[in-house]
Amino acid sequence: MGALLDRRLIFVTGKGGVGKTTVAAALALAAHRAGRRTLVCEVAAQERLAAAFGMAAEGFREVEVEPGLNAFSVNPEDAIREWLRYQLRSRTLAGLLGGSRIFQYLATAAPGLAEMVTIGKVWELAQLERKTPGSTPYDLVIVDAPATGHGIALLGAPRTFGEIARVGPINRQAEIVDAFVRDPASTAVVAVALAEEMPVTETLELERRVAAELDVRLEHVFANALLANRLSGTEAATLDAALAGGPSDGARAALAASLEAHQTARAQRSQLGRLKRGLGAPVTTLPHLLTHDVGRDGLERLAAKLERDL
Amino acid sequence: MSGGPLAAVLEGREVVVCAGSGGVGKTTTAAAIAAALAAEGRRTIVLTIDPARRLAESLGLPDVGNEAIRVPSERLAAAGLAGDGELWAMTLDAKLTFDELIASNAPDAATRDAVLANPIYRQLSGALAGSQEYMAMEKLYELHAEGGYDALVLDTPPARNALDFLDAPGRLSRFIDSRSLQVFRSSGRAGLGFFGRGAGAVMAVLERATGVDLLRDLAEFFNAFGGMADGFRDRARAVEALLASEVTTFLLVTSPRAAAIADAAYFHGKLDEAGMPFGAMIVNRVREPVAAARGEALAAELEGLLGAPLARKVLRDVDDRDSLAARDAANVERMRAELGGAPLLAVPELPGDVHDVGGLGAVAAELFDRS
Repeated sequence: MGALLDRRLIFVTGKGGVGKTTVAAALALAAHRAGRRTLVCEVAAQERLAAAFGMAAEGFREVEVEPGLNAFSVNPEDAIREWLRYQLRSRTLAGLLGGSRIFQYLATAAPGLAEMVTIGKVWELAQLERKTPGSTPYDLVIVDAPATGHGIALLGAPRTFGEIARVGPINRQAEIVDAFVRDPASTAVVAVALAEEMPVTETLELERRVAAELDVRLEHVFANALLANRLSGTEAATLDAALAGGPSDGARAALAASLEAHQTARAQRSQLGRLKRGLGAPVTTLPHLLTHDVGRDGLERLAAKLERDL
Repeated sequence: MSGGPLAAVLEGREVVVCAGSGGVGKTTTAAAIAAALAAEGRRTIVLTIDPARRLAESLGLPDVGNEAIRVPSERLAAAGLAGDGELWAMTLDAKLTFDELIASNAPDAATRDAVLANPIYRQLSGALAGSQEYMAMEKLYELHAEGGYDALVLDTPPARNALDFLDAPGRLSRFIDSRSLQVFRSSGRAGLGFFGRGAGAVMAVLERATGVDLLRDLAEFFNAFGGMADGFRDRARAVEALLASEVTTFLLVTSPRAAAIADAAYFHGKLDEAGMPFGAMIVNRVREPVAAARGEALAAELEGLLGAPLARKVLRDVDDRDSLAARDAANVERMRAELGGAPLLAVPELPGDVHDVGGLGAVAAELFDRS
């Protein structure tokens, strides 16, 4: 997995609610610990990443978490403005166009334009020769991408946009970005999953879809939030027997809670097995942190596990 | 359906929209509510746009497509959801729905074919964001207007921005608005008059930024769309009116995780701003603390039953569960404060995964106090 951190861009997707932001942040921390100058970037303007590192978001700017580790939040409105400036090489023209009603009609409604400029900005961030004046290049950019369907649409935007604009500057740019995000030497698409029935099914489906729709291989899957299984089968049987023996209400509740945790952990192991058998991509597991707000300590724990395993 | 605050919220409603961020159990909640409405005697349909076939899976159907499929009543009865109504399910194919809409709005076959073959339309109607949300609203409106069902339950697509689907009809109709059409339909600068002087220059810059082919395709697209633009705009207005009317209610679905709660609170505010009728907040998978008095007595009893090492393991499991339950409770309380007096339903985490009809029965029992 050292190879994973050697890419220029890692695109982290997966079903909603599985912990994509946490895993993207932990991956960024692990890459940073491994000596990569790293940027972690979210694209849904949720500004959760900065919060994950315990910092305030600052809009369309690269925010330093610590030297060599930055965070960024892409939103389509700013990305379109920036794109127009580069495109026209003139602030005046960009202002004229950006302020015109025709353009606003097109920009707010044109299918896929938001996705195209978003992935275009991600591409720019991952270049060794940055277009943004005064910016320092990154070794690695990690994208906290939208959930499965929108994530695939985002990765596919350059190709679909290239098809709409068959010739001309948009077409050329779209082809460059498309080639970069689909080149396995530059970009890795990874997924976060939970070891539960539906997330596993969706992850297997995701691997099939990125292959079929984007001709891209899913590089890695992170099975997140695995619970500890403290009991062996024999110990669980001992608990069962104790329950049957008529303990006090309190002891009954405690035994039942422990057995439930055991059942849940076992169900997770069986879903993890199903995930591993069904996938072509390798799987790395991450522990449940037993908290809702992961916090910096939690991120450090996950990053340490990733550093060991990757 | 029987009692509880949710029953009161749904009383007399014909359209129930379930919204929220991804992974919070929206599909399951929508299906459970639809099943409960059917059990109450209403002819109910649950609509989803989710390509992952979660709805089909949880209803035990082989596949649910763009046609409505009825869920066998025996299957519902087996899950404790017996009743006089009917439960139907449909998974929307956004592209197919859009194509049908074009076909029914086109003035003639030539226009229909021109639009369907246009590259801009093909991207517009495909996987690109926005069209799914639009088609979900469109289908909802169509089914409501046809009047074939007593109740419609919509499982909204997991929007990047939970507002996307609210805005979708308006956004697409703005795109194909007749005024913007004028620009592209009329040749020469006279047609740009609406946009004022300087529009010709804007078009020239636009050409430079995009490439000419794109503009030509757009012009063709708008030309072909010409006759349909007014129809689309009227339709979008009608959809918005239906969503804002008293026959509709919005249920927000969330998990007790901090990030999901924050999203749901934000969305609640936006619904309010948009003047949409909010019904209730549903917090899924809330973990409950272990009902046992902690202390020496418990530790001693467990040790007597299991021996010291195993008793320690059990107590650690109890601690883990309690810390999760405490955090869930804190987040639920945060949401309750956010809502003021509006209904909030906390659905406890059910043992095992909910992914079949039996699971839906259990969820419905929690939602409607059917125990």
